[in-house]
Amino acid sequence: MAQLWHRNDLLLMGVFTLAVLAMPLWLAPFGAGYPDLLQKLAIYGIFAIGFNILFGLTGYLSFGHAAFLGVGSYAAVWSFKLFTMNVLPAVLFGTLLAGVFAALIGFISLRRSGIYFSILTLAFAQMSYNLAYSVLTPITNGETGLQLTQSDPRIIDRLYVEATSGLPSTELFGLKMSGYPGFYFCAAILIIAFFFSVRIFNSPFGVKLLAIKSNQTRMGYTGYNTRPYLLVAFVISGMYAGLAGSLLAVTDPLAGAERMQWTASGEVVLMTILGGAGTLIGPLLGAGLIKYFENVFSAYNEAVLHQIFAMLPDWLQSAMVFVVNPFVGEGWHLTLGALFVLIVIFLPGGIMEGIRRLSSLVRRIIARSRRDGLQAA
Amino acid sequence: MNDIVLNVSNIGKHFGGLQALENVNLQIEAGKTHAIIGPNGAGKSTLLNVCVGRIKPDTGSVKFLGDNLTGRKPHEINQLGVARVFQTPEIFPELTLLRNVMVPAFAKREGAFKLNAFRKVDNEAEVRDEAEHILEDVGLKEQMNGLAGSLSRGDKRRLELAMCLIQHPKLLLLDEPTAGMSRHDTNRTIDLLRLIKERGMTKVIIEHDMHVVFSLADHISVLAQGQIIVEGSPDMVRGNARVQEAYLGGAHV
Repeated sequence: MAQLWHRNDLLLMGVFTLAVLAMPLWLAPFGAGYPDLLQKLAIYGIFAIGFNILFGLTGYLSFGHAAFLGVGSYAAVWSFKLFTMNVLPAVLFGTLLAGVFAALIGFISLRRSGIYFSILTLAFAQMSYNLAYSVLTPITNGETGLQLTQSDPRIIDRLYVEATSGLPSTELFGLKMSGYPGFYFCAAILIIAFFFSVRIFNSPFGVKLLAIKSNQTRMGYTGYNTRPYLLVAFVISGMYAGLAGSLLAVTDPLAGAERMQWTASGEVVLMTILGGAGTLIGPLLGAGLIKYFENVFSAYNEAVLHQIFAMLPDWLQSAMVFVVNPFVGEGWHLTLGALFVLIVIFLPGGIMEGIRRLSSLVRRIIARSRRDGLQAA
Repeated sequence: MNDIVLNVSNIGKHFGGLQALENVNLQIEAGKTHAIIGPNGAGKSTLLNVCVGRIKPDTGSVKFLGDNLTGRKPHEINQLGVARVFQTPEIFPELTLLRNVMVPAFAKREGAFKLNAFRKVDNEAEVRDEAEHILEDVGLKEQMNGLAGSLSRGDKRRLELAMCLIQHPKLLLLDEPTAGMSRHDTNRTIDLLRLIKERGMTKVIIEHDMHVVFSLADHISVLAQGQIIVEGSPDMVRGNARVQEAYLGGAHV
């Protein structure tokens, strides 16, 4: 039995790895086969996977995860400024610092549950956002955002190379992190991050987190001190957010406070619920879908719409453009909102529930046709 | 056999103007089944809540094998060896029956906190075997891969009992373990509790069903209006006039 499960896990990881590495191929027909967007899909995938470890397993809904994303970005940019343009230390610092932050915020927020927990995390994230804009300007560079400059010390890099006139770019031991190498770096980290999440979901620790979500009172009378379990889950998911934040800085080495804003926290909640909270793949699908739509729909404008409906008669063409226009371009949030409403009402379990329902329907149809076939014979 | 497992002394508790418990004393002997009976609102559940740390008493103390339980957190009390079945079953509705029973087994093995995020649940053959065994004892093995939330109320109670039994507690507190069960299921539960007793587990049981009480109890305390009015063997309690008046009334005993 144990052996069988083992094989299933390997299969899952194998298929997942292939799917991620082949993203440039299978996403090309959808107009998403370029490294910038692919990188974004991978990074927000990591963010959502991490968020799901907290929300999907324990049911604690954090509305402040953008704070950790921002901390990860700032830490990574500082690593580029102070030490080296190599991305590994940047990613490490971003993840660890976000973990420390999550431990502090989690320690206080987890004294409450339900809506009060959500509000506490939201309050902390908004505090971080406002601090980054005001008091912490020496660290965050305020409104302008933290950027690389010529005068940065970059202690470690200076040991090996002289400063050049242009701004350096992020690299992994000489390999520039732009274009496809940048995507494959993020993809590799996404695969590792997914692997960790699968392990956590299948561990006794993960089952205990699910049990906390199911009935926290019973957990107490069963002999568990639930607070440290929740804190560990919170810190792990905060570290995932920090990792995602530092990867955002890897692709584009600047960090701004708006990354910490509550809309960014809300976005990861949307991604997770849209895909299916508590499922392994769901949050990834949700993240991919939202980031894909954001890029594709927001690029549409009236001219593009006129082209799309060009084969229609003139009056119908104008009418269609009039109807569709509010949903694209800057109005793509309207599409997202409508999609979210539909999913929550008709598929509370998200896209994954939709897939499950479809596959059970197909199985039923196959079973019926086979039975009919037998009767006919 | 006169070891005292649980020693409740001088417990008092009031909620607002209501005196829920007043000067309650109880000694539970090792290996015995001690029943607490009494009319609704007599303070029976409050007394159990004090024992497991859900409610803090105003006065008095609860000692369990030398450890003071008053003021301790529920998980600490459980780790000392006290398990409880609630009046409304407290289970994990979204988990399978098997997982419901495995989670308490982990608590027994690993203590109040352990970070084993890299082990696999499916490789925990020992815990799994024990969980299956206990589910068989309570008659739920066939449904073990179903979700606990879909069980009937009586089955939920038996599941909760299994969740307690897998921890091999030194003291098991049962709050109306057969309420909402059919006669057939009640009898099965009585048989199961008798079996546990043969293994030497100490139990405190609150029960309304006199058939259950007199089938199981070695010792009975009668609680009325927050005070223990009569204490003694089942035969003695059955014949006591004050008990008849306070509680049994028209019931056929």
